Amino acid sequence: MIQVKSLVLAGLLAFAPAMAMNGPAFAQDNATAAAPAAATVAAPADSAANAAAPAADAAPAAKVAAPPRMKPTEGIGMPKPGEITLQEQFTSTGHSARWLHDVMLLPLITLISVLVLALMLYVMVRYRRSANPVPSKTSHNTFIEVIWTVVPVIILLVIAVPSIGLLADQYKPAPKDALTVKVTGYQWYWGYEYPDAGIPEYVSNMLTKEQAKAGGEPFQLAVDNRLILPAGRPVKLIITAADVIHSFAVPSLWVKMDAVPGRLNEKSFTIEKPGVYYGQCSELCGARHGFMPIAIEALPPEQFDQWVLSQGGSLKNGTAAPDAPMGPQQGSVLPAPPADAVGNNAL
Amino acid sequence: MTTITADQYGDHAHDHHDADHKPAFFQRWFMSTNHKDIGTLYLIFAIFAGVVGGAISGLMRVELAEPGIQYLQGWANIQHAMLGAEPASLDQAYHLWNALITAHGLIMVFFMVMPAIIGGFGNWFVPIMIGAPDMAFPRMNNISFWLLIPAFALLLGSAFVPGGTGYGAGTGWTVYAPLSTSGSAGPAVDMAILSLHIAGAGSILGAVNFITTILNMRAPGMTLHKMPLFVWSVLVTAFLLLLALPVLAAAITMLLTDRNFGTTFYDAAGGGDPELYQHLFWFFGHPEVYIMILPGFGIVSQIISTFSRKPVFGYLGMAYAMVAIGVVGFVVWAHHMFTTGMSVNVKMYFTAATMVIAVPTGIKIFSWIATIWGGSISFKTPMVWALGFIFLFTVGGVTGVVLANGGVDDVLHDTYYVVAHFHYVLSLGAVFGLFAGFYYWFPKMSGRMYNEFLGHLHFWVFFVGVNLLFFPMHFLGLSGMPRRYPDYPEAFAYWNKIASHGYEIMAVGVLIFFINIFWSLAAGKKAAGNPWGEGATTLEWTLSSPPPFHQFETLPVIDDAAHH
Repeated sequence: MIQVKSLVLAGLLAFAPAMAMNGPAFAQDNATAAAPAAATVAAPADSAANAAAPAADAAPAAKVAAPPRMKPTEGIGMPKPGEITLQEQFTSTGHSARWLHDVMLLPLITLISVLVLALMLYVMVRYRRSANPVPSKTSHNTFIEVIWTVVPVIILLVIAVPSIGLLADQYKPAPKDALTVKVTGYQWYWGYEYPDAGIPEYVSNMLTKEQAKAGGEPFQLAVDNRLILPAGRPVKLIITAADVIHSFAVPSLWVKMDAVPGRLNEKSFTIEKPGVYYGQCSELCGARHGFMPIAIEALPPEQFDQWVLSQGGSLKNGTAAPDAPMGPQQGSVLPAPPADAVGNNAL
Repeated sequence: MTTITADQYGDHAHDHHDADHKPAFFQRWFMSTNHKDIGTLYLIFAIFAGVVGGAISGLMRVELAEPGIQYLQGWANIQHAMLGAEPASLDQAYHLWNALITAHGLIMVFFMVMPAIIGGFGNWFVPIMIGAPDMAFPRMNNISFWLLIPAFALLLGSAFVPGGTGYGAGTGWTVYAPLSTSGSAGPAVDMAILSLHIAGAGSILGAVNFITTILNMRAPGMTLHKMPLFVWSVLVTAFLLLLALPVLAAAITMLLTDRNFGTTFYDAAGGGDPELYQHLFWFFGHPEVYIMILPGFGIVSQIISTFSRKPVFGYLGMAYAMVAIGVVGFVVWAHHMFTTGMSVNVKMYFTAATMVIAVPTGIKIFSWIATIWGGSISFKTPMVWALGFIFLFTVGGVTGVVLANGGVDDVLHDTYYVVAHFHYVLSLGAVFGLFAGFYYWFPKMSGRMYNEFLGHLHFWVFFVGVNLLFFPMHFLGLSGMPRRYPDYPEAFAYWNKIASHGYEIMAVGVLIFFINIFWSLAAGKKAAGNPWGEGATTLEWTLSSPPPFHQFETLPVIDDAAHH
């Protein structure tokens, strides 16, 4: 179905020939490398990336190792240079919303703009003073006025049907077995907590340019500790904020939900493919508003379970983690929020 | 639209003893009760504020031309040096960015577009077009203008006092709580709020004045349904101002008390709600965008009719389309809040209601084209700007239909797509309307013709510039670039570069505009009472250029047989 839509698209969109052409590039080149040997992965000096080793050394007891940090796939889950379309989507609402935009709205608004332009060019040429020295005195035509009132109404009704349907879709409550993750916006970083799995909150800060480069990730999108989610399983995010309003946004998952202090907003979705999906805070939240990105790492389900266990969490089926240190993702020791971030808040 | 039985008032006015008696300089310009002088003051103020706001956007485009922070730190250091403070930290430089976007938005909305289009052209031409000697409350008119000065001073001054992380109010023009309350310590945000209070009070007084003038001071025979469409547009706008601004005043007063007196209207910890502020703000904010564009509709209607030598097509439909836009504009506000976590039914309602606005807007677009249809068009500068307005406003309007879909807005909200949309309707809509009106009425206001070649050149350079500046923002928004970012990932570099080049071209266009004004004021040809010929049928063209200091001491009588 989606393929068909994509075809219609490619034909309809005058200025978006390249869209929908991206193959199903799975972002899981390293998805199979979940061997216990991961503990020996060398950690770049001052980067939290792949810092599995220290924590593993620190834990004497037998434990489950975290799966290795996934490498993002260029152009997937992130903007592409010179891009003129929406990002490729990886949720079902993302597909239908993108369909609404690309197949209905964009061709329609292009058509209307071109129609208006064509009419204007026509009247400008046809009724220039040298071609039409004597103006007509016509100032009413009920028929045509009714036409240009009724036709837009019909067009809007045609848009409204799938649009309302999309909304209903987006608000479908999450299934009972959805994984709940609490997302909290802070000035200026994100906190992620897994109440179902019993993993306490860890925070996610932007990587510096050098760190991002070292990890092969895009600067200003890459973070130290990603939000780890399972691919193919429903997820329910409970989104809130601790200080001012932030907005949790991941364009390739069609997710944007404000994080409002004192409110719990809910957003549920199922990520279709494993991969790394980036987003950025989308509500002005103070000085470092532009520097608190979001990175979601969607793991294949069994690897996600492995990750939960490695964090000392427990699975829904009752499997508890073997005696392992609680907390940090991927075995790394999490840094506390930068002191100056907290300090500036009070300034 | 109306034919006038009275003959050339301007010629008579010169014979009249008092009509051209002008007070001395200080009394004339600082204690004015003359709608034309006050209109001129508004226009000069708006041009000044527009230069300030435009320069700020220049700073923003320079910084955004390439990824990375190139200039912001230096500017912040200059700002700090001016205040004798230590060199700015990186966070303080980022805060300066937020102060810049806030100032750009507030200045362009409250101190450029509104003063120019309502205060300037409204004051100048509403009384003349309805055949009135002046506004209903001339002294109140004066205070409406002079309130702008302290308001602007407070806003500019706020950049030099602490506002949280750094200096200046860094809350965005929307001043959302709690960033604007607990998130911004220091007096900067208080000053910005007071600035809005004062500017808003001035606008409310102005609105009262316009409503009273239009409803009570029309010349004999000038029925509501014979009023020029520009007057209709100002009437609708004045009602929007009167109903919307008090809500803003209430909302920001509660911000002030939350900030200073320990109330918790917008603080969940005290039983308040940050979303309450957004509802109140956008209940004002959405009508506000129509406040900025409706008078532009009116101006464009006058110009299209004049230069096509045809009455406006579907006059009543045009007038009531504006009324409809005004009314519906009050019940769509929460489409600015689609991502705040509202319930699905609320989101569906606001999606549907918002799309409804496309209908009266479409009526206007098609009626303008129908007005030209069958006409005899002369492509004078004002006409060219008006034609540009119609097309660019259409482009801005259709992206509004995209954004109206709550489900689609989930990804476009707060991205550059929104920035592109509202700059197309405002920066390319309202501002094109302003330039169109300026060239249209410049001969009337100054008594001199502008330079036609420079006017056309200004149009083409500006047209290319703003499209290059704002069209790529659609692409940036679609691929996910959020608003209000001083820096961005490498992937967004390409279109940002293009946009910044667009700004350069636009700036050249503005330069041509200023050259044209100064050249024309100094050496322009003397303008006739009606330089536009038989298409110009409204009352201002029956007067001399410039009009006598007091016009219509004998009221004109509008012919009953006159038909739009």
